[in-house]
Amino acid sequence: MTDDKDVLRDVWFGRIPTCFTLYQDEITEREAEPYYLLLPRVSYLTLVTDKVKKHFQKVMRQEDISEIWFEYEGTPLKWHYPIGLLFDLLASSSALPWNITVHFKSFPEKDLLHCPSKDVIEAHFMSCVKEADALKHKSQVINEMQKKDHKQLWMGLQNDRFDQFWAINRKLMEYPAEENGFRYIPFRIYQTTTERPFIQKLFRPVATDGQLHTLGDLLKEVCPSAVAPEDGEKKNQVMIHGIEPMLETPLQWLSEHLSYPDNFLHISIIPQPTD
Amino acid sequence: MPSSELWAVDLFGRVFTLSTAGQQWELCRDAQLEFKRVSAAAPCCWGIACDNQVYVRVGASDVPIRCREEAYENQRWNPVGGFCEALLPSDRWPWSDVSGLQHRPLDGVALPSPHWEWESDWYVDENFGGEPTEKGGWTYAIDFPHTYTRDKKWNSCVRRRRWTRYRRYKSRDTWAKIPSEDDPQQLPDPFSDLSLGGWEITDEPVGHLSVWAVSLQGKVWYREDVSHSNPEGSSWSLVDTPGEAVQISCGPHDLLWVSLWEGQALVREGINRNNPKGSSWSVVEPPTSENGILHVSAGVGVVWAVTKDRKVWFRRGVNSHNPCGTSWIEMVGEMMMVNVGLNDQVWGIGWTDRALYFRHGVTQSELSGKTWKAIVAGRECDGSRAGSLSSLLSAGCFFGDEVRGGGESCVPSDSEAERPGPDPERDVEVAGPASAPAELPWTNIDLKEPKKGPSHAAADFPEATNLSSLALLPLGLEEPDSADCHALWAWVSGGGCAVEAHTTLKWFTAHSGLPASMQMLSLPITPAQTAAWRKQIFQQLTERTQRELENFRHYEQAVEQSVWVKTGALQWWCDWKPHKWVDVRVALEQFTGHDGVRDSILFIYYMVHEEKKYIHVFLNEVTALVPVLNEAKHSFAVYTPERTRQRWPVRLAAATEQDMSDWLALLNLCCCESRRVHGRPSPQAIWSVTCKGDIFVSEPSPDLEAPERWLPCDQMFWRQMGGHLRVVEANSRGVVWGIGYDHTAWVYTGGYGGGCFQGLASSTSNIYTQSDVKCVYIYENQRWNPVTGYTSRGLPTDRYMWSDATGLQECTKASTKPPSLQWAWVSDWFVDFSVPGGTDQEGWQYASDFPALYHGHKTMKDFVRRRCWTRKCKLVTSGPWLEVAPIALGDVSIIPEIPGAHGSGPGIALWAVSDKGDVLCRLGVCELNPAGSSWLHVGTDQPFASVSIGGCYQVWAVARDGSAFYRGSVSPSKPAGLGHRRQSPGEPKPEPGNCVSPHGCAAPGAHGAGLGLWHRGGLGSPVRPGQCHQGPQELVPGDGRQAERGAGPPQWALEGGRCPAGDPQSCLLLRPLPLTWSRCDAGFEGPRLMQAFLSRAVLVLNVLKRGSQEWYLQAQIRDWGGNLA
Repeated sequence: MTDDKDVLRDVWFGRIPTCFTLYQDEITEREAEPYYLLLPRVSYLTLVTDKVKKHFQKVMRQEDISEIWFEYEGTPLKWHYPIGLLFDLLASSSALPWNITVHFKSFPEKDLLHCPSKDVIEAHFMSCVKEADALKHKSQVINEMQKKDHKQLWMGLQNDRFDQFWAINRKLMEYPAEENGFRYIPFRIYQTTTERPFIQKLFRPVATDGQLHTLGDLLKEVCPSAVAPEDGEKKNQVMIHGIEPMLETPLQWLSEHLSYPDNFLHISIIPQPTD
Repeated sequence: MPSSELWAVDLFGRVFTLSTAGQQWELCRDAQLEFKRVSAAAPCCWGIACDNQVYVRVGASDVPIRCREEAYENQRWNPVGGFCEALLPSDRWPWSDVSGLQHRPLDGVALPSPHWEWESDWYVDENFGGEPTEKGGWTYAIDFPHTYTRDKKWNSCVRRRRWTRYRRYKSRDTWAKIPSEDDPQQLPDPFSDLSLGGWEITDEPVGHLSVWAVSLQGKVWYREDVSHSNPEGSSWSLVDTPGEAVQISCGPHDLLWVSLWEGQALVREGINRNNPKGSSWSVVEPPTSENGILHVSAGVGVVWAVTKDRKVWFRRGVNSHNPCGTSWIEMVGEMMMVNVGLNDQVWGIGWTDRALYFRHGVTQSELSGKTWKAIVAGRECDGSRAGSLSSLLSAGCFFGDEVRGGGESCVPSDSEAERPGPDPERDVEVAGPASAPAELPWTNIDLKEPKKGPSHAAADFPEATNLSSLALLPLGLEEPDSADCHALWAWVSGGGCAVEAHTTLKWFTAHSGLPASMQMLSLPITPAQTAAWRKQIFQQLTERTQRELENFRHYEQAVEQSVWVKTGALQWWCDWKPHKWVDVRVALEQFTGHDGVRDSILFIYYMVHEEKKYIHVFLNEVTALVPVLNEAKHSFAVYTPERTRQRWPVRLAAATEQDMSDWLALLNLCCCESRRVHGRPSPQAIWSVTCKGDIFVSEPSPDLEAPERWLPCDQMFWRQMGGHLRVVEANSRGVVWGIGYDHTAWVYTGGYGGGCFQGLASSTSNIYTQSDVKCVYIYENQRWNPVTGYTSRGLPTDRYMWSDATGLQECTKASTKPPSLQWAWVSDWFVDFSVPGGTDQEGWQYASDFPALYHGHKTMKDFVRRRCWTRKCKLVTSGPWLEVAPIALGDVSIIPEIPGAHGSGPGIALWAVSDKGDVLCRLGVCELNPAGSSWLHVGTDQPFASVSIGGCYQVWAVARDGSAFYRGSVSPSKPAGLGHRRQSPGEPKPEPGNCVSPHGCAAPGAHGAGLGLWHRGGLGSPVRPGQCHQGPQELVPGDGRQAERGAGPPQWALEGGRCPAGDPQSCLLLRPLPLTWSRCDAGFEGPRLMQAFLSRAVLVLNVLKRGSQEWYLQAQIRDWGGNLA
């Protein structure tokens, strides 16, 4: 593997083997078998779980079914976070497959957004893409696109069509030749240890002296607690797409290659496993 | 883009160069000299040093400047001693020049200057008109002067032979003093200004250069005979002027402007190819009468000037026909001087800050540009060399009793710390080893003088125009405190600096050390993909996939793969008569099979009699997708084996270029996916170029050469690579070279995509901008009539008075367009004097009638004449190619395989012929560095046209006069071999001791490799002039080449894997046929060696033109020894 293009492919085709089980308190007519599925890391839970929903609804009575939601080890899973991020943040140290519990009752209103239809996911996804482009190109690229291009981005994600998605998305990843990168890097840093949902700040890919900023520079700037001191023991893992890029990795490269389809770099900071 | 250099002189007389690719000034080393002026052209730079002598600095190159000296030895036969030197009293000298009029003994031929050296001793030239004489070089005649023949006849009373000797210019990359005149009367007084230009007046390989100079007395001088082969020129000649000149500027073409003491400008008129000195002067008044012109600078179509009030002016409406232009326009900025360089780009030196400015935004459509941008590139002496130079400066200040000298402003702040302060001991100590004191007085005096005060200097201004001190004086205006770390400049010359619209310059931002090195990293052929962080990401992603997927492949996919359809509206060139473009709807359906392999079908829906119908193409059957950009339509052709046989591809056109690129890229991606072709081509890939310059690659399949079932070449899949080439040459180790139409050499970088292939179809790195220039030729035809002489009124039966080469197509200057939409004109029409047959002074060729053989002078029997007009057009694209600067090539050949050497074997042999005919051998070529390191020049006694290296290091070459040469003893340890052994054309004889006979290759599996020039009889029909290109199928990829001249039907094409005409017979060429040797005894003319690579054997097709109209294909089989097992 020598070409950077292969990274895009690997990122896109990342899959998490998942075992869905129905919550024990849900009322069923007969026993609900667990359901096994390969979830695309870059997609959203409610977008790819039609099969799960159908599977469990078969064993339930109509009146017991309200909006579906998912939970892992007691934490409700936010559908508006990409699946890969949820896994990295909450379950990366546990054994595979990922065990997700399915609920049809007692929707945790304060933790989760409602997701009545796929249009809501599309709206959320597109707003992220637009926000990212606002940071990268002052929205110039996304605004120049036609409606059908926007649709193609979404359909590419929905149908898991890498080519279809990247045919458009590559335009969002370009930048003027005379500059060394985007205006700002769209990123979000998530930590399980804090109450704050995520950190997002303005951060340029290139320093004022022309030097490229690295992942380490970003963390030192916006989340110093995540970086181990020079000689100190490494306490945290910095994870994107299930891998730990070196802190020397240029941020611009990361943004171009390891962003999620919503064009954000979703970076998880998780405590270093003790064993 | 090749990098070129900007030259500048700072206030201390040091000469610096700044590369267009770099961001740091480099000091011109070796110079014990300080300079007042420099004027640069691409190959050399002239300067006036502070000793008032003129120097020329010719850039180093792998190709030497060689000049042939010749002398003739004449003998007469007498009955007693046979041929001997005893000539008749009326005869010529026994040793003479070619005419016999000048006595020329061998030991009387001297080197013209100390900058030349002899390459070898005198030797007899045995070559006579492309044929070896084999008789000691003697040629015979009845008497002097007469026609000489090779053969001695009964009436041969005299004979002569030619002795030749080469001299070589040795003072390269160093300042070579131009010898002073011997004759004191002719001796010009010291020069105060000098300008180079005129290299575009004649479009010839000799490289004419006009060197103009102004002396202190205000006289204008012209240096005679300066050219590439004579970089020093011969003598100065005076050109009378109506006034006293102070400064001169010569444009690359025919503009020459001079500024006068009185403030006007002089413009030279009548400069042309035959008279580079011009004929008369005309005067241009300054913009305002109170402020005269101080400085002028001329380009191709612009003149910039600075007046005495430092204002900058742009002269409007300047061109060849009106060298004076029309009016002045005032520009912003106050400059000390401006200089117009290549492409009419402009540099200037600011009046107040002495900083160097580049005029940003100068384009052909906007010659005046947009803004002045300061060049803030650092100087190498500021950084690493700060030690010696800063110490020199501070020492100068010390000696000048002035610690805060103006010179200090040159010292960058970052060396402040290490610079010795007012500590005299240390100063002296450091300055000592640098042997600076000898040079100090000059610096010292100049620093002291302006200390008298700025106001004084300003008041002295009129005297300041005395150019010898102009460069030094205004320093006083510079407040020592205000000048921070930037350099102070005195002079700039951009005559050798090629900046184009798409060139990205890094001159305008100060960079710290690290990014500079990071940018450097992206330049080498092997990219910086070895960075640890990148490796780690690749590795972790692989591990992640393994971890998360390996044991769970039986799980169901959350998203079912579905059919994806892309639709669009295109135009289709319909299959039936009358052929025309019809609007169609197009749909591309992609399926994904359970094995993950994609397959796609392209549907084309059209309407016939209001009924909807469609045709479809399975993309796994497509063999090539070829962009067709002629006739103002953005279209492409889709070939399948069936369609190739029918010679009728599916042609589709899109409304916009973008639309076409999108479709082409998508279809290509689908084709590659269905054939599982991705990433960079394998080392064994077969490369080819089309007659339009598009590049295609095919992966050889294992059964390509299966003896009984070889793959028909119409089923090979060709994938397009970005870029534009005339010739492509590859070997089996992945080293690929190409030559553009403009003779630029390119090396393959290992990427893929580029051109219209963006995004996924292109590799992230290794894609670079590529440009190519080619010429379009049209002919002006005239007929003679008794009353008015030659006029453009022909007979009614005559050809068009403006036509293509054949005369069949009307081609006027106005109606002729660039070959396709990709090309744009970059020059105006000019007369081409270098046509075969020669021309008269105005470029005319004469003949008795159209069409006939043309000759270069008028005779009584001539009733028609024609001349060739040329216009250059340029294409800019991108692809996985990097230029191999700086030598332009005419031909290149790479050794097919190194027998028995794998891995870290010796370098890969690569031979080339430069566009000037020099034979070159590339050193250091290997898989990791396909560009090699340097050229090794292989001396020849005449210009060459073509070279080919076969297995076992057998090098054959063809000279321009048609002689064939064999180079002996080439081996990995002796890459350049021993000497070109002349072979009679068509009669290759193996060198003694050479293990393989030329015929050995016919036996498959023979040890080693064989080489021979083969002529296969009976092959005349597939490739015939005028037959190959009919309609759109001319665009089938294959080694097709269009005729060099004329817009009409191409005269010949060459098959290399595929026949442009789709002739089934041509498939045979891919098989190792039992070729028989046949003798070609006429001279070779314009041969091109082209190769098609099979995975094991290499077939070289050689098209040679013999005589006037006959065409032969010569195939040469190279077998890679040992690989057949």
